Amino acid sequence: MPEPEVTAAVKAKFPQATDRASLDHPAVNLPAADVPAALACLRDEFAFDMLTDLTAVDWSSAASPRFTVVYHLFSTARHDYIRVAADCPNDAEPAVPSVCALWPGANWHEREVYDMFGIGFTGHPDLRRILMWDGYPHFPLRKEFPLAGIETPLPDAEVAAETHASVKPAPLMGGPFVASSGQVNLGAAEPGGKDESWTERHEKPE
Amino acid sequence: MKAAAEFDTEKMSLSMGPSHPSTHGVLRIQLELDGEIVTKADPVIGYLHRGDEKIAENMTFNQFVPYTDRLDYLAPLANNMAYAIAVERLAKLEVPPRCQAIRVLTAEMARISAHLLGIGAYAIDVGAWTVFLYTFTEREKLYKLFEELTGARFTTSYTRIGGLARDVPGGWIERVDAFCDQFGPIFEESLTLLTRNKIFTDRTQGVGIISREDAIAYGLTGPNLRGSGVPLDLRKDKPYSGYEQYEFDIPVGTTGDCYDRYLARAEEVRQAVRIIKQVVAKLPGGSWYAEDAKRIFAPRKDKILTSMEELIQNFMLVTEGPQMPAGEVYFEAENPKGALGFFIVSKGGGVPWRLKIRSPSFCNLSILPKVCVGAMVSDVVSILGSLDFVMGECDR
Repeated sequence: MPEPEVTAAVKAKFPQATDRASLDHPAVNLPAADVPAALACLRDEFAFDMLTDLTAVDWSSAASPRFTVVYHLFSTARHDYIRVAADCPNDAEPAVPSVCALWPGANWHEREVYDMFGIGFTGHPDLRRILMWDGYPHFPLRKEFPLAGIETPLPDAEVAAETHASVKPAPLMGGPFVASSGQVNLGAAEPGGKDESWTERHEKPE
Repeated sequence: MKAAAEFDTEKMSLSMGPSHPSTHGVLRIQLELDGEIVTKADPVIGYLHRGDEKIAENMTFNQFVPYTDRLDYLAPLANNMAYAIAVERLAKLEVPPRCQAIRVLTAEMARISAHLLGIGAYAIDVGAWTVFLYTFTEREKLYKLFEELTGARFTTSYTRIGGLARDVPGGWIERVDAFCDQFGPIFEESLTLLTRNKIFTDRTQGVGIISREDAIAYGLTGPNLRGSGVPLDLRKDKPYSGYEQYEFDIPVGTTGDCYDRYLARAEEVRQAVRIIKQVVAKLPGGSWYAEDAKRIFAPRKDKILTSMEELIQNFMLVTEGPQMPAGEVYFEAENPKGALGFFIVSKGGGVPWRLKIRSPSFCNLSILPKVCVGAMVSDVVSILGSLDFVMGECDR
């Protein structure tokens, strides 16, 4: 079935679905609540049997809706992709329904999105951090999280008490991290890094 | 005396890794054991998390190329190519045939090098040391060729958006051809140490069986998916960079056990040699970068130093990055470990708003809790090796 027909069929079945701008694969926007039903329909009726990727986009803390969860499905029979995107209804406590029941492989992807963006997945069997350690207080891929990181206590309280050490922000030292997404005149940021409090010439502040 | 069933037993918890020889990097698996049988396996990942996706949002498209080396660091040339094509899809930019062919050539060489390590290290995991020495000797020859081409053995950073870092040096293509000629018999000889080796087959056949349905449901790709009998290869099914011009076969397994995954990798090496021979035989001439993409690909160095317009162009590219339209693209390439995908959200300009790396090792490892249950502890080692993952790519 040609791809425009797939998106048309999805839109016929889910009246709130809309076309999503895309430079390559067909793409649809869906309300978060419809995602599990729509993905099940795509899997069972249109042979999009593989959930190849699941991720999220943070449109900045000023934007609303702030978070969009993006699914990429692949059909192992027809060798086509489709992109499904769902805005998280609540900016402060974003959450979408989990699709773990459809694909067990979604489990780790959803844990990663939760870990990096703090987006909840209702119905997920085991939603905990996956790349950062349990108890890490921030969501690193949110736009307000600084590139250098934020000083954070060590994961192990006993070690922290013994060593008085903590996880320090990374030294940027005028390195390649000079560009900001969305910033037009990157020339203004050259040649120094944004964080110059700690360079080869100035010692690390205690 | 009491019968065995009357003794009290309790489950034992065993932490395997993060520094265990068979975990090939820093992976920890929290095992729950009933005697020697695994009843629960919980992989703990993230030890190598560097925040590559965050870094990508803070630098221009070309500046991120070296970071792609460090994803699957056993096949950096293939990662370079996947990333470059993803960004070129965003820019709707076609690179010339010579550039495409050189990229295919280097990606297939990277595939051979990655599978040589995969097979050699797997043999060590299950107790056969010698194979590693053979495969590593061959891998070293490939690294010499990589060094000659890119200046680096390991972190090649060979592609640029819209082209390559440089054209191939004189005589290099002939040396690649000579490598392929001598490589075949040596590779076959090293495989004879494994393929019909009783110890190896005992450790791998019938172990870690992944069904076709599970492989798809967990999003497995690459040799792990094909070992389970799914004939999916993006080089054939979604051809990119001119793969449709080359003749090669897709090996698929029948049972989906560790042995099938090993055989799939071994056959992929032979097919990669076949592709390389075809590229070498008909390497197109012409330009090796997109000459018309002035706002994306840097001008030649000698022009920068002598011509005002090229100097300005280069300055703009370095300070503002290659200029991209706004939009969303998702591209997956068939890497040695599986489908390496890049999802790029651009708001226009030289820096991505969001760059998601779909890492095949991450997806391939997510099946561990299922496939390890019911296996013996020693089988876990065999399963891990057969999945052939790289933590640099898994944790990003």
